[in-house]
Amino acid sequence: MSTFAAARLVAEREIKVKLRDKTFLFSTAFFLLIAVASTVLPALLDGGPTTVAAASSSPSAEALRDAGLEVRAVASDAEAERLVRDGDVEAAVVAGPRVLALEDAPGDVVQALSTAPPVQLLEPSSLDPFVEFIVPFALAFVFFMTSFAFGLQIAQSVTEEKQSRIVEILVSSVPVRALLTGKVAAMTLLAFGQIALIAVVSYVGMQIAEVDAGVVGQIGPAIAWFLPFFVLGFVMLATLWAGVGALAARQEDVGGVSTPLQMAVMIPFFAVVFLSDNATAMKVLSYLPLSSPVAMPIRLFNDEAAGWEPIASLALLTVAAVIFLAVGARIYEGSLLRTNGRTPVSIAWRSRALVD
Amino acid sequence: MTDVLDVDAVSRSFGDRQVLKDVSFLVTAGRMTGFVGANGAGKTTTMRIMLGVLSADSGQVTWRGTPLDRPTRQRFGYMPEERGLYPKMTVSDQVVYLGQLHGMTRADARRNTAALLDRLGLGERAGDQVEKLSLGNQQRVQVAAALVHEPEVLVLDEPFSGLDPLAVDTVLGVLRERAAAGAPVLFSSHQLELVERLCDDLVIIADGSIRASGSRSALRASYAQPRFAIQVAADAGWLRDQAGVTLVELDGPRAVFDLAPEADNQSVLHAALERGPVHSFGAVTPSLAEIFREVTR
Repeated sequence: MSTFAAARLVAEREIKVKLRDKTFLFSTAFFLLIAVASTVLPALLDGGPTTVAAASSSPSAEALRDAGLEVRAVASDAEAERLVRDGDVEAAVVAGPRVLALEDAPGDVVQALSTAPPVQLLEPSSLDPFVEFIVPFALAFVFFMTSFAFGLQIAQSVTEEKQSRIVEILVSSVPVRALLTGKVAAMTLLAFGQIALIAVVSYVGMQIAEVDAGVVGQIGPAIAWFLPFFVLGFVMLATLWAGVGALAARQEDVGGVSTPLQMAVMIPFFAVVFLSDNATAMKVLSYLPLSSPVAMPIRLFNDEAAGWEPIASLALLTVAAVIFLAVGARIYEGSLLRTNGRTPVSIAWRSRALVD
Repeated sequence: MTDVLDVDAVSRSFGDRQVLKDVSFLVTAGRMTGFVGANGAGKTTTMRIMLGVLSADSGQVTWRGTPLDRPTRQRFGYMPEERGLYPKMTVSDQVVYLGQLHGMTRADARRNTAALLDRLGLGERAGDQVEKLSLGNQQRVQVAAALVHEPEVLVLDEPFSGLDPLAVDTVLGVLRERAAAGAPVLFSSHQLELVERLCDDLVIIADGSIRASGSRSALRASYAQPRFAIQVAADAGWLRDQAGVTLVELDGPRAVFDLAPEADNQSVLHAALERGPVHSFGAVTPSLAEIFREVTR
């Protein structure tokens, strides 16, 4: 049997097991729920245009209508006041003109009736500040959570094989490389599948919520760039996760052994979140392999990166991924069959005890 | 000399400690070979080297005259000392998966799995997660995992430990079947009585070197001292004064004694008959435990 066929068998098993795993299904459902909530809910909570009561004959009525407000025609000012008090409308315009409201001055009504000096924005943003904040944060969060959760699962699944000793049977029948390749491929596929599902659900959510086409148009390319960055960024660390899984002898050790890797995932996430307003820092972060999967798509989203930049950053990431893959594979192979206790990295690096 | 698994001058050290010293023995096709030795004698290390899980510092293992490589080993059945199965996978999925890893098609693996599980009395548990099974039943699954791909060669590390007598017989039946079909079967055990009952050939290892190997009967013959047991009617203490007799054990009318090479056992029998009735008299074959003690001393 070829290494490829063996790797495929290994990957199939991993995927089958994960798809039956309640924790995995639950976390996927949870992510989807968040995706739906963050796209659909704001639109639902936004109650639509303000309703204003005004005498139909009043000149204000037209101005209000022009401003996109819903105007309810009333016969008298007294009736308008009653409607406001009853909560049927949010405001009323009575003779004067005077604006009636219950507690807060209705800004949009006042604005519709005022004459404001013309404003010219030199760098207009088509996005609402909420979207501007939430999209980068969501990208960073999704990458962080997914790469953390799936990475840890790679480590745990390696440790499970090592701890339960089935690894001896596996290694005696298929090459170690096939075992590693199958596992990493399966987890990458699952992680990518989960992210793609979240992306699709968010997109559908935005359609349902009738989010501005302009917003969707700006998020789209950022997400399209995010996907290759995500896959490479994930694969880059995947064999290292497998390596630390093999260093640990028991599930209880996985947390400790994988601490440096956890940091390698966590620090870039916080760096990107906290430094997102600092253009210089973001520029640096968008080229560093550990943070570029998040930082570069954010810069693209904010329209801060030139067209060649994501390609250069992706190339750097690819080089780093190849190096990291080799390092992880070597640690994995050097420690997989050392069953007596935790294996130090130095010993794993040097020992090539396996016959192939 | 074709269908022989040949372990040839294998040595292996862990750090400064040499755990295998020039280990050589044969496992012949169609025969059950018992591999015995104390804990830490080197049984498991030898088997792991045979399966390629560990490399030898020197020496080699050949099957049908060719050094082992991965494609050949893929046709081996292996049961590691430390049992290993995926705790959360079902019995059947697990065995099918291992069959596939050994190169079977899914359909073949399924068919063999079903037949084997039935044979091992696990047919009804096929859909259960392995961790829900008793240890004895997990052990049977392990046997199924080693056999599912109809291996050419079987290497089993302590296959009977943790099995009740009934399960031992079931597993033994399956193993004998494989041997009868022409596979060499090597199994290690520290239960000497069991090995004595089961094996055709025997390999004894101590401190990393082979102390004795060969067919069970030949080993017995070569290590048999002229030892006899006798039961008479009265006290047998007089044997002490017989020429050439060394008493090993005396318990009233029953005695076990060794005889000097030049002495004649018939004259001892005559002497006994002169003193009264003799209920039994015969040569004693040494048990495996005795041979083991002798060669590993």
